[in-house]
Amino acid sequence: MAEVKLTEIRWHARGGQGAVTAAKLLAETALSQGQYFQAFPEYGPERMGAPIQAFTRISSEPIHIRSSIANPEIVVVLDPTLLKAVDVTSGMHADGVLIVNTDDEPKAIRKAMGLKGRTIFTVNATRIAQETIGRPIPNTPMMGALVKATGMMPIGNLTDYVRKSFGKKFSEEIIEGNVRAVERAYAEVKAE
Amino acid sequence: MAKTATKQKIVAMTGNAGCALAMKQINPDVVAAYPITPQTTIVEEFANYVANGVVDTEYINVESEHSAMSACIGASAAGARVMTSTSSQGLALMWEELSIASSLRLPIVMQTVNRALSGPINIHCDHSDSMGARDMGWIHLFAETAQEAYDNTIMAIKIAEHKDVRLPVMSMHDGFITSHAIDRFEVLDDADVKKFVGNYMPKHSLLYNPNEPVTFGPFAMPAFYYEQRKQLRVAIDGSKDIVMKVTDDFAKLSGRQYGLFEEYRLDDADVAVVVLGSTAGTTRYVIDAMRAQGVKVGMLKLRVFRPFPAEEIAQALSKIKAVGVMDRSDTVGTLGGPVYVEIKAALYNSKQRPAMQGYVYGLGGRDTGPDQIETVIGDLVKVVKGEQSPREAVTLLGVKE
Repeated sequence: MAEVKLTEIRWHARGGQGAVTAAKLLAETALSQGQYFQAFPEYGPERMGAPIQAFTRISSEPIHIRSSIANPEIVVVLDPTLLKAVDVTSGMHADGVLIVNTDDEPKAIRKAMGLKGRTIFTVNATRIAQETIGRPIPNTPMMGALVKATGMMPIGNLTDYVRKSFGKKFSEEIIEGNVRAVERAYAEVKAE
Repeated sequence: MAKTATKQKIVAMTGNAGCALAMKQINPDVVAAYPITPQTTIVEEFANYVANGVVDTEYINVESEHSAMSACIGASAAGARVMTSTSSQGLALMWEELSIASSLRLPIVMQTVNRALSGPINIHCDHSDSMGARDMGWIHLFAETAQEAYDNTIMAIKIAEHKDVRLPVMSMHDGFITSHAIDRFEVLDDADVKKFVGNYMPKHSLLYNPNEPVTFGPFAMPAFYYEQRKQLRVAIDGSKDIVMKVTDDFAKLSGRQYGLFEEYRLDDADVAVVVLGSTAGTTRYVIDAMRAQGVKVGMLKLRVFRPFPAEEIAQALSKIKAVGVMDRSDTVGTLGGPVYVEIKAALYNSKQRPAMQGYVYGLGGRDTGPDQIETVIGDLVKVVKGEQSPREAVTLLGVKE
């Protein structure tokens, strides 16, 4: 049997930043390209502004494992203040990818965290969201950055799905704002 | 998987949304429910269907789970198709009504989203709620995935209402792990579900047969009570065949074949893990990895816990050398968890029987990763090699010392 690639992602955010929605949207995009997935939040006494985590698993084959993700290969941080509050690299693969919503350069983040190994990407998703959607909700731009940093799917698959999924609920202006947010973050994300 | 004529849609949905969708497709006459985490999103979503007019259901908002089950009993006795849903303390509050529902032979279907019983208060998964209700005369079905939770909901109605069964059914799935995770699964067309479950036309009912009134729930003195209880025993024992008939009919429709339990890589196994609920998935993952290293390990995943398929389990496990049974609930003050104790009893009279070891895991939502299942399999392998004896005391996996 060929080795089946199972991608495990952990999302760090504060309640209200849309991490659960992002984890869900990514799972649904995976479905739209025929993949298997799980998306689940870590439930606790979460409140607006409190640190939360959400998880996504994606694979080309059915996923049986049901425990929480202890060793993610991709970690997405939606709020830079969490870097000081939460150990976002806990259990993370040595060759994992860390994507942070911040205006700082990746090497500044590496220095501030004293991080060895892993690959760091940064993007100012809050500013992009403010400028494209008109609200500082960083979740959709962070998905654009995630797709660029990992190459996990073509950007067009994500923007197509955002249009399709948001089309049921939101105005054309909001949908296109989100698509622009994804595309800008995809273009602006900084590598080391 | 068998090829079926039916077109199905692949969806990305939570387990609870899948159960609410199944309820919509069943279109029950009455739903009486009270919200409780992690069941809430089922009744919330179903209330949307009611508000949007896509179902004909009379939705009764009640002030407690005790009232919810009381309303279900009344409606079901009148001849309505009735569903409800609960978790944990909600199920506990229904307690005195549960045995009445089964004794009156009312085919109420209840989605029970497994959550730990208080105390301390906790919202996360274990099976202590439904396991506490295991002797109440209900049929108990367990689901590993959102797919199974959806499928079991549809089968539960047909099992419950079958004229030779007429018993309430609890359909379980794991709180948060299955209820709130977005999973990929297939859903049937509304029309196919409608046809599969058919109309519910009970012989004795105020609604359909008002000219032949019957009494539900009369007083039974020592001269009659015992025989009523015997009838309940006969009914639930006899329901096993109907559970399988409905399960096989569902397989013809959906292409998804289930059994009383699933045997996974058990044929040539030396050691086996018995488990139910979502942890069966993680166990399957571990078994595949350990098989690749040459460990002959398999799994028996229990789907139907009541009626307990004792003979079939004894048959399936008789040739295994060592069996570890994992319970996500503890029966304190006795030998171990309920699944362990019952499986051990089921094997007692077998000529050939495995060594057995009981494990409790995941209480109150404690994460159960592959390492814990590897520990179980490692223990069993040592027992087979004669390096250790099966422990008499139950082992608590993943507990902090």
